[in-house]
Amino acid sequence: MRKLLALLFGLILAGSVLAKEAPPAVSDPALEKRTMALAEELRCLVCQNQTIADSHAELAIDLKNQIREKLKAGMSEEQILQFMVARYGDFVLYKPPVKATTVPLWFGPFALLFAALAGLFYYLLRRRRSAAPQPLSEAEQARVQALLDSPEERR
Amino acid sequence: MLRARFLIPLAVFAVVVGILGVGLTLDPREVPSPLINKSAPPFNLPQLAQPDKTISQKDMLGKVWLLNVWASWCVSCREEHATILELARSGVVPVLGLNYKDERADGLAWLARLGNPYQISAYDRDGRIGIDYGVYGVPETYVIDKAGVIRYKRIGAVTPEVVRDKILPLVKELNGNA
Repeated sequence: MRKLLALLFGLILAGSVLAKEAPPAVSDPALEKRTMALAEELRCLVCQNQTIADSHAELAIDLKNQIREKLKAGMSEEQILQFMVARYGDFVLYKPPVKATTVPLWFGPFALLFAALAGLFYYLLRRRRSAAPQPLSEAEQARVQALLDSPEERR
Repeated sequence: MLRARFLIPLAVFAVVVGILGVGLTLDPREVPSPLINKSAPPFNLPQLAQPDKTISQKDMLGKVWLLNVWASWCVSCREEHATILELARSGVVPVLGLNYKDERADGLAWLARLGNPYQISAYDRDGRIGIDYGVYGVPETYVIDKAGVIRYKRIGAVTPEVVRDKILPLVKELNGNA
């Protein structure tokens, strides 16, 4: 039992030691930061609802490597985004550019919001108009008076 | 007036059903390629069967040809293989392969077992040329014209319907016009 515990302990220790000794994935943290920042803006086409940064798909890893290499080679972020768009289209960008085909995407929600607000405004206006105080008719007046005069009846 | 008002939710519902219905018929994986009507990205890769020889897209200038991206690990490639094979055997259009992120031995064994539709397969071990071609899911197939311009891209397996309705008419048109 003791031996087993010792072995277990040793294994755990070995694991943590190994984990610490694993070579750092990046030699240049600044470069890695830029790489990941850029990867955050690109969609992984294999998984579609993830960024390249989040994805572990092989293509995403390849693309991350390409970004890293190109940054290292001195390309700007803008140039790299253009490189990706030239190959995969605007769809890779999580922030698509404003152009004719993306106008509904950019302004559709605002149009819907505006339409909803207009509808609400119209509705409220109509309700206020229809709910304007109207004088009571004589018969109603008499009934009100009767009710007020005999409060115990309501109990 | 009152009756018309009660029909509004029904109308909204019908519109939503309509929009969702159209959405169901669309394939979200079919991303429009920006490469259509652009020059095929250049490559100069070793050949799969003969590593000491290379193949480039320039070698095909003057011909209408098909570039089919495949890999031995790709299930859909197997699915479309018979179709590609038949198309290649018909001799209508030369088919070149781009063996994508594969082991050379695996790729060759795959062709030996299932038949080889490709005049030549380029060997793209690290997938770099694949990235240039905007490949994100194998198989992908490109129709490239005599001037080396990509005219059509098929993402996913090529079916006999795609060959009949898209590839063959396009190849015919491209061969006739130039």
